[in-house]
Amino acid sequence: MQKYSIFNLIKNAFSGHQNWDLAWKDATPKKEYDIVIIGGGGHGLATAYYLAKEHNITNVAIIEKGWLGGGNMGRNTTIIRSNYMYDDNALFSEFGMDLWRKMSQDLNYNVMFSPRGIINLAHSDAQMNIFTRRGNSMRLNDIDAVLLNREEVKEIIPMADFSDNVRFPIFGGLMQPSAGTARHDAVAWGYARQADSMGVDIIQNCEVTGFDVSGGKINGVRTSRGDIKVKKIGLCVAGSTNILAEKLNMTIPVETHLLQACVSEPVKPVLDKVVTFGAGHFYISQSDKGEMVMGGDLDGYNSYAQRGNLPTLQHVLTEGIAMMPFLSKLKILRTWGGIMDMSMDGSPIIDKTHIEGLYLNCGWCYGGFKATPASGWTFAHTIAQDRVHKLNAGYSLNRFNTGHLLDEKGLGTKTWIA
Amino acid sequence: MLHIKCPHCGMRSQNEFAYGGDASVKRPELNKEISDLEWDNFVYLRKSLRGKHLELWHHISGCRQWFKVQRDTSTHEIFKTVKANEDI
Repeated sequence: MQKYSIFNLIKNAFSGHQNWDLAWKDATPKKEYDIVIIGGGGHGLATAYYLAKEHNITNVAIIEKGWLGGGNMGRNTTIIRSNYMYDDNALFSEFGMDLWRKMSQDLNYNVMFSPRGIINLAHSDAQMNIFTRRGNSMRLNDIDAVLLNREEVKEIIPMADFSDNVRFPIFGGLMQPSAGTARHDAVAWGYARQADSMGVDIIQNCEVTGFDVSGGKINGVRTSRGDIKVKKIGLCVAGSTNILAEKLNMTIPVETHLLQACVSEPVKPVLDKVVTFGAGHFYISQSDKGEMVMGGDLDGYNSYAQRGNLPTLQHVLTEGIAMMPFLSKLKILRTWGGIMDMSMDGSPIIDKTHIEGLYLNCGWCYGGFKATPASGWTFAHTIAQDRVHKLNAGYSLNRFNTGHLLDEKGLGTKTWIA
Repeated sequence: MLHIKCPHCGMRSQNEFAYGGDASVKRPELNKEISDLEWDNFVYLRKSLRGKHLELWHHISGCRQWFKVQRDTSTHEIFKTVKANEDI
């Protein structure tokens, strides 16, 4: 594989950049693989990469119905963080933070990881107390957390509304300085390029039409481009999990919902942090191009539409304007929607299933992008070794029967309630 | 914007309603002995169908009645709405 470096950049400049190698080949499916990963998004690509890199398994195919990284990997708001209270979530995410820090070097691909920090705003004494508790829990797990008072927040984000007559005054906030953002497409492309170079087949425009299961074991997968014999399948399809589960006669504790995001017209640098509103559900950061990247609540009803509705967008942006009034002057450039695999306790599932050779990776709710490396790493381990790693032991499928729920937000099974 | 026909009030905008989830999920009968697994399945498992989906909505800024809606989850088309105690 051609290494990306300043020297290669200069060398290729002389030939007008016409002679770069393709980053990955357009593979056609073979008759048989050791492992098939369904879903060519971030998690699927990362899983294939770590299967090859950590476990030396390269007879692997990724099959994707659409195009590479065209689902939630291309639709998220690129936020990376590990500000969780529960150990299972915190340790898993912090392991991921470490992979994020090394990712650009590891993949020889600039993923533009920008650890600019995230601030969760608090709007009452009670919320400050709960943030103190979460911050302490984070620090016990070696995650950086800083509790900010009102004045300290004002120094960092003076454009927020600190006037006296607001409905939700800013009392302070919890900051994770090492959190940040990364270029989401680059993450998909970087993983794809490396996985391909190690022998993984990336097969796009290939829809799964069924599974060959007999005697409780996976024997193959049927696709729109032919049948494939395989003993191990990793399901990594986020919002489409329920559709494929139905083909496997499985019912899973996940509902598919619609989440919108939007960007404003580009403006000069104004915000160098990720900020979340604490009295509702709104988050904002500024992209390198200058657009304000914003998102918030689910549309609030089961949906596979990948496109949203204006009332929710209006509601979310109202919160944004309450937090940072200058946003009302900006025009919205683009809005879009993606479908989320909302699990019944708000935490993901990375586990084996009752079908031998079938592995499940789903339930990412609002937070799939940041989990990309850790999810791929642990899922690859789970598939290759046929047992879960201690990092994803808490993300079991049967926790809904044993009572070991990981309900970080305490929302219960009403996943659409923010 | 969805337009939802409340069976009591008529056609109203989405803003007046709150979603109540899958209406096909049945709570186990009272006084019937059931296993923990059956109860867990009732609480946590969801089919989350693509296509026609029967769901509960609450006319929270109107008559405050719960009712059932049959809606397509990929096109958002609403086929029918009925009172909570009626079947589609």
